[in-house]
Amino acid sequence: MSTQNMTETPMVEIKNVHKSFGDLKVLKGIDLTVDRGKIVSIIGSSGSGKSTLLRSVNHLEVIDEGTILLDGVQVNRPDMKGLAFERHINHIRQNMGMVFQHFNLFPHLSTLDNVTLAPRKLKGMDRKTARELGMEYLERVGLAAKAEVFPSHLSGGQKQRVAIARALAMQPKVMLFDEATSALDPELVEEVNLVMRSLAKEHMTMLIVTHEMAFARDVSDWAMFMDGGVVVEEGPPDKFFTNPDHERTRSFLKKHLDSNH
Amino acid sequence: MDFNLMADITPLLIKAAWVTIDISARAIVIGFMVASTLVFLRSIKFKPLQWFVRGYVSLVRGTPYFVQLLLVFYGGPTIGLKMDPFTCGVMVGAFNIGAYMSEAIRGALESVDSGQNEASRSLGFGRLQTLGYIELPQAAGLMIRSVGVLAIVLVKNSSLVSIISVVELTYQAQRLIGSTYKPLEIFTLSALMYIVIVYAVMGIVELAYRRATRYTTQ
Repeated sequence: MSTQNMTETPMVEIKNVHKSFGDLKVLKGIDLTVDRGKIVSIIGSSGSGKSTLLRSVNHLEVIDEGTILLDGVQVNRPDMKGLAFERHINHIRQNMGMVFQHFNLFPHLSTLDNVTLAPRKLKGMDRKTARELGMEYLERVGLAAKAEVFPSHLSGGQKQRVAIARALAMQPKVMLFDEATSALDPELVEEVNLVMRSLAKEHMTMLIVTHEMAFARDVSDWAMFMDGGVVVEEGPPDKFFTNPDHERTRSFLKKHLDSNH
Repeated sequence: MDFNLMADITPLLIKAAWVTIDISARAIVIGFMVASTLVFLRSIKFKPLQWFVRGYVSLVRGTPYFVQLLLVFYGGPTIGLKMDPFTCGVMVGAFNIGAYMSEAIRGALESVDSGQNEASRSLGFGRLQTLGYIELPQAAGLMIRSVGVLAIVLVKNSSLVSIISVVELTYQAQRLIGSTYKPLEIFTLSALMYIVIVYAVMGIVELAYRRATRYTTQ
C-alpha cells in the first residue's frame, strides 16, 4: 500500500454491523465511515442503538455480524479466540479513548494517577515522564490544580474533564464519547463541551453520542440519526439539522431542539 | 478465686495461647489461598467447575466445623488422609474458612461498579490488570472487613481442635483443670486470653481497613 493510500484510510469504518441482545435486535446493519480528524455525532432516542454502536467500536459490546476497523485494522476478530484475542483487543483499545456517561473515574486514585495509570502500566512510562504528561493533560482540561485530589472531591463536570484527560493521555487515534454530558447538571455541561470543542479544533477524530443537539450541530462534520437499530438519516450538519429529508428525523429534532432550548 | 493458682498457671496458658494463635494464623493464610483459588475457579466459564465450587461451599457451610474436624481426623486415615493433630487442625480450619472467605471475596469484588471494569478495559488493560489495579483496591475495604469477621470466628472455633488433642488454649485449660479442679479460675483466664487475641485481630483488621479505604477520606 502506498503512503498516499495510507493517509486515505478512514480512521473508523463500521460495515454492516448487527447486534442482538437475546431476541432483541438492537443494530440492524449499520454502516459508517469516520475520516481522520472528523467529528461524527450520533443522535437518537434511548433504545435506538446509538450507545450500543459506540460501545461496539471498542468491543465493549460484541457484535454478531459485520466488521469494525480502526485505522485499517479490524477490531472485531471472530477468528481469534482466548488470549490471542485478549492481546489484540487490549492493543486496539489503547488507541481508542472512551468517555462514559457516568465518568467512571477510579475513586481510589488521585486525579493525576487516574490520568497516568494507563501510560505507566501499559506503555511502561516512568513516573516522572508520566507525571509531566499527566499534568499536561490536566492543564488542558483546566484541572492541573486538582492533580492531588481524589475524585470524590470533584464536581461532575470536573470528573468528566479528568475522564477526558485520562483517555487523552494514551494519545488515542480516536475519541468515543458516550453521552458525556447526559449525567451532568445543566450548568456543568458547558465546561465539558468546551473541552470537547478544543479537541475538535485540534482535529481529534471523534465519535459522539449525544442529546445536545446545538452542540452536535456546532462541532460535527457529519450527523447521523438512528432509530430502532437502523440509520434513518445522515448528512452534513447544516442540512441535517435544518432541513432533514425524513419525517422521523424532523420530529425527533423538533422535540429535542424544543426541550433543550 | 484462687489468685495464686491463676498467677502460677498463666505462663502455661500463654504458651498454649500461642498455639491457638499459630494454628489460627496458618489456617487464615492457607484459607486465603484456598478462597482465592475457589474465586478463580468459579470465575472460569466452565459449568462443572462452577458446580464443584458451589457444591464445596455448600458442603462446608452446611455442616458443623466440629463434625468436619472429626470427620477428617478420624475418617481421613481410612482413605489415606493421615495428619498429625496440629496439621489437621490447620488444614480443616483453612478449608473451612476458605469456603466462607471465597464468598466474601466474591461479594466484595462484585460490589465494585461495573463501570470501573469498562473504564479500565477501554484504556487497554487486560482482565488481570483490571483486577489488580482497579477492582481489588476498591474491593479491599469490604473484603478486609468480612475476612476479619471470619478470622475472629476461626480463632474462637480453634478451641474445638482440642477434641483432636492439639494442645492449644482450651485443651491446656482442660488439662490443668484435671490436675487442679479449679475450672472457674482456669476457664476465666483462658476466656480472657481469647478476648485479648480476638481484640488484637479486630485491631489489625481495623487498621488494615482504614489503610485500604484511605482514599475515601482523602
